[in-house]
Amino acid sequence: MPRKIMDSESIKRALTRISHEILEKNKGIGEICIVGIRTRGAFLAERISQLIEQIEGEKVPVGILDITLYRDDLTLASSQPVVHETLIKFDISGKKLILVDDVLYTGRTIRAALDAITDFGRPAQIQLAVLIDRGHRELPIRADYVGKNIPTAANESVRVILQEADEAADEVIVKKVGANG
Amino acid sequence: MDKWSKHDLLDLQTLSAEEIEHVLETAKSFKEVSSREVKKVPALRGKTIVSLFFEPSTRTRGSFELAAKRLSADTINMSGSGSSLSKGETIVDMAKNIEAMNVDLIIVRHSVAGVPHKLAENLNASVVNAGDGCRSHPTQALLDMFTIKDKLGEIKGKKVVIVGDILHSRVARSNIVGLTKLGAEVTVCGPSTLIPIGIEQMGVKVSYDIDAVIPDQDVIMLLRLQKERQEEHYLSSIREYAKTFGFNANRLKMAKKDVLVMHPGPTNRGVELSGEVADGARSVILDQVTNGVAVRMAVLYLTLGTKDVSKEE
Repeated sequence: MPRKIMDSESIKRALTRISHEILEKNKGIGEICIVGIRTRGAFLAERISQLIEQIEGEKVPVGILDITLYRDDLTLASSQPVVHETLIKFDISGKKLILVDDVLYTGRTIRAALDAITDFGRPAQIQLAVLIDRGHRELPIRADYVGKNIPTAANESVRVILQEADEAADEVIVKKVGANG
Repeated sequence: MDKWSKHDLLDLQTLSAEEIEHVLETAKSFKEVSSREVKKVPALRGKTIVSLFFEPSTRTRGSFELAAKRLSADTINMSGSGSSLSKGETIVDMAKNIEAMNVDLIIVRHSVAGVPHKLAENLNASVVNAGDGCRSHPTQALLDMFTIKDKLGEIKGKKVVIVGDILHSRVARSNIVGLTKLGAEVTVCGPSTLIPIGIEQMGVKVSYDIDAVIPDQDVIMLLRLQKERQEEHYLSSIREYAKTFGFNANRLKMAKKDVLVMHPGPTNRGVELSGEVADGARSVILDQVTNGVAVRMAVLYLTLGTKDVSKEE
């Protein structure tokens, strides 16, 4: 049975809290920039930037990172994953970069993202914000901002549904892999 | 269903319209990589690519090599002249020997049509055609299509005229195949001696009068006129060709305001294209070169990621 872990209201509250935490930890908007990992991390990054703008009355630069070319499992796949564009139209050097993704799991996506970011410049700091931390890390990586911690089994999948990506109401669902629905 | 399943890129005949679109879409992402400060991604780290050119080339060869390097593959160049072929080795043997050094992909250019196909049949490594005889030059056509799509938004319904020595041009043949698959209306134009009989069967219109076709075209693609064609009696003189078919400022005035002027290079300034137009605002010749690297990155990335199922037991 799929379990609904978050609905649109709780996602909104979690993102609002994360936005406040980012501002608190970094003492304001200062040198912040936000980069979201395609696909859903990019939409979450956009939402967080809007929330920060509502709070501080000022825009922060937002970028989109595609990590496909930095994946460590490229040679294992039977055909190449689809590559999308990376759009970071500002200099990240010296900035406090907030990296955003939907689900933190093994940490391998974040490892790839850190490599990719290094190719764009040298930020003063990289902080990680995720909507869901589901555990089962395979690399020494942790998040600075977490929307919700969800204990999961390895045979479960966590699905984040966002309006912008899925044309359905926001929610987070946990279900057994292979099970229908 | 995967969007790409080809282990080799031999020509555009074997690609579907969807596969061509997928290459163009992938190339868009790779174009961004080349615009970075650090122009390198680790996608093909550990892969070995050999370029095997039996015909002179600077642009295509350099473009492929940069594409491979920007994807972190290791590359070496081998040229046909001065190779073991002059000692009597067959080309398949030569390629098999190269492959035996655990090479993952071979880029080949040869003056005989079908050589890349022959190699692909005999090798487990991927083969990418960088031009075979008068037959095909798929990556050139792909980069031309990428440039048209990039500048005009889409290819479907656009009118493209290819002007010049259609008979000897692999660039023209590959562009005809690719552009018509994506729904462009293609016309070929040139002296009757240089237009193959029956070319209409490829789905193109034929014209012998450039001035009649210029006004309603969205793209004017000029081909290089090789000076040897005069000695071979296809033309009475280069000057006459330049006068009758050369694209210059006067002819540009007859064209649509937003027409694209393209050329695969190298250009013979003052023959098929005047210097003024080549350097002018409507020329996208250098964009074609920039896009060439992105398109070749996409081709290397896609073909190297596909297992050769046909040869697995």
